[in-house]
Amino acid sequence: MSTPPVLQARDLHRHYDVGGGAFTKPTPLRALAGASFDLYPGKTLAVVGESGCGKSTMARLVTMMEPPTSGTLEIDGLDAVHGKKSRNVARQLRQTVQMVFQDPYGSLNPRQRVGAMLEEPLKINRPTLSAKEREEAGRSMMQRVGLRSEHYDRYPHMFSGGQRQRIAIARALMLNPKIVVLDEPVSALDVSIQAQVLNLLNDLQEEFQLAYLFISHDLSVVKHVADDVMVMYLGHPVEFGPSKEAFANPQHPYTRALLSATPMADPRRTRQRIKLTGEIPSPLNPPSGCTFHPRCPLANERCKREAPKTLTRDPVTVACHAVEEGRNEVVSSPRA
Amino acid sequence: MSTTTDVASASATRRAFDEFWHYFSESREAVAGMVFMIFIILVAILAPVIAPHSPIETNTDFLRKPPAWQDGGSMQFLLGTDAVGRDILSRLIHGSRYSLLVGCIVIFLSLTFGILLGVTAGYFRGFYETAVMRVMDVILSVPSLLMALVLVAILGPGLENAMIAIAVTYTPHFVRLSRAQVISEAKRDYVMASRIAGAGRFRLMAITILPNCMSPLIVQSTLSFSTAILDAAALGFLGMGAQPPTPEWGTMLAEAREFITSAWWMVTFPGLAILITVLAINLMGDGLRDALDPKMKRS
Repeated sequence: MSTPPVLQARDLHRHYDVGGGAFTKPTPLRALAGASFDLYPGKTLAVVGESGCGKSTMARLVTMMEPPTSGTLEIDGLDAVHGKKSRNVARQLRQTVQMVFQDPYGSLNPRQRVGAMLEEPLKINRPTLSAKEREEAGRSMMQRVGLRSEHYDRYPHMFSGGQRQRIAIARALMLNPKIVVLDEPVSALDVSIQAQVLNLLNDLQEEFQLAYLFISHDLSVVKHVADDVMVMYLGHPVEFGPSKEAFANPQHPYTRALLSATPMADPRRTRQRIKLTGEIPSPLNPPSGCTFHPRCPLANERCKREAPKTLTRDPVTVACHAVEEGRNEVVSSPRA
Repeated sequence: MSTTTDVASASATRRAFDEFWHYFSESREAVAGMVFMIFIILVAILAPVIAPHSPIETNTDFLRKPPAWQDGGSMQFLLGTDAVGRDILSRLIHGSRYSLLVGCIVIFLSLTFGILLGVTAGYFRGFYETAVMRVMDVILSVPSLLMALVLVAILGPGLENAMIAIAVTYTPHFVRLSRAQVISEAKRDYVMASRIAGAGRFRLMAITILPNCMSPLIVQSTLSFSTAILDAAALGFLGMGAQPPTPEWGTMLAEAREFITSAWWMVTFPGLAILITVLAINLMGDGLRDALDPKMKRS
């Protein structure tokens, strides 16, 4: 890539201490165990995985709501882990990263008019703007996301789910961020509205050269929007690469299983479904070796003992013993 | 320029009020309650003008006069006179001042301290929360009237001290309510969104979270407003609140206690005044809650 990345994350870890009373030691929960990725202006990185795989933790780390347990995070050339101590750096950082939430019913303050909601980020971060300038900025942003500016004084409960999500997007863009974290931005919406919102996000990305961190479990949506894909399992990135490659030629058995479970709108295409057995293990007590081994169709003794290292299989990177040993070619790819 | 924005903001206020009235007027009980409250407030303000007699002036010629419509009553004393010949109507009219004052001050004090302690406890959690809540539990563990009695006994009888005592016993309710609301609201995504936008602690607590916690607090306030009036009357009745000859409704009841069987009007009218006022406030409170909570509105 010619343009420099706007965000560089290296080996991010995030552990939570769970439980732990007066006499018991708290158990560490490894919500995120070593994620490295870059975000580029105008590009979308999609993070996919089942619930509990660390997607939302990643969102909290990137938005700097929580510090990583270890690892480095560099946003727009600034150190986001230690730089927060300085007020100016912290202010600059938080204007760079904004977020759109999954549930547009929970992410808009029910007591705040849309206008006040859009103006709030400006009020906090650009105290020199006059009230009139703020309102102008809010109204024009409202139009930009496809809402009428007459709705400026309305409360969120007067809007539909799709409109609410547009408001949430408008709010995220008020500070001209460089990175927008999209935490399942369309999964709470009706399918017909999903497409509209995704197209809007696409247009905005082009217009403002935004870097998206797109968190989702819906692979058909990810296929549509992503430039790069990171597949996560129990806090570990298992496969990472350009979305075209990852979808056309998935390496990791988990990616294959996920892809084969995506419904397709073509009844003539038959394919083999890889069924995963068992539940996703508790991250409090992750399996030994490769965390995926209890559910993996390709697992062998080595997988139970040894955690896989990240291998480069250009253009993707994969963490899997089976790929390393070439055993993954036995199972036919999901397209067959 | 400034005139156009003035007009715009005036019409915005106007619109907000129209909206409020639209939802409030849907409930007839609420409107009735409010009308009566306005009446009481007017009476309280205009008391010296409209009261036919002085509330503390005794008249030995007219002891225990029955109301005007009963045998022996006269138009001079519409609701009769009490044991020392004071006009009951005038005393009731002046008494409304004390009752409203008690309600307002008690609510103001307990709401202010309740929200202050409750919101910070719910937001900061940890040791501070535990400390605050345990103190509130201690206050709550004593029956409120008993607690108020003890406090008044320490502070000395009188209306002011009674108000402080009642406010202290009501504060834990507000602390608990606002803390619980803040805890449940603080987890919501919109709070996170404000944090990402850069909102500081004070802004999050006061501007983002608190307005969403208000509707149970408003209901509790109106309920407490009426119970504060009741408690003040009870303290007055027990001789610990307003001292005679103050025309406080509870004190009037206490003075009339020994005449319950012989002069019914002396207990009935102050009792009715308390009852109707409390009822009106409660009805109005329900209507206020419905009108102020956007979640309960139908667009």
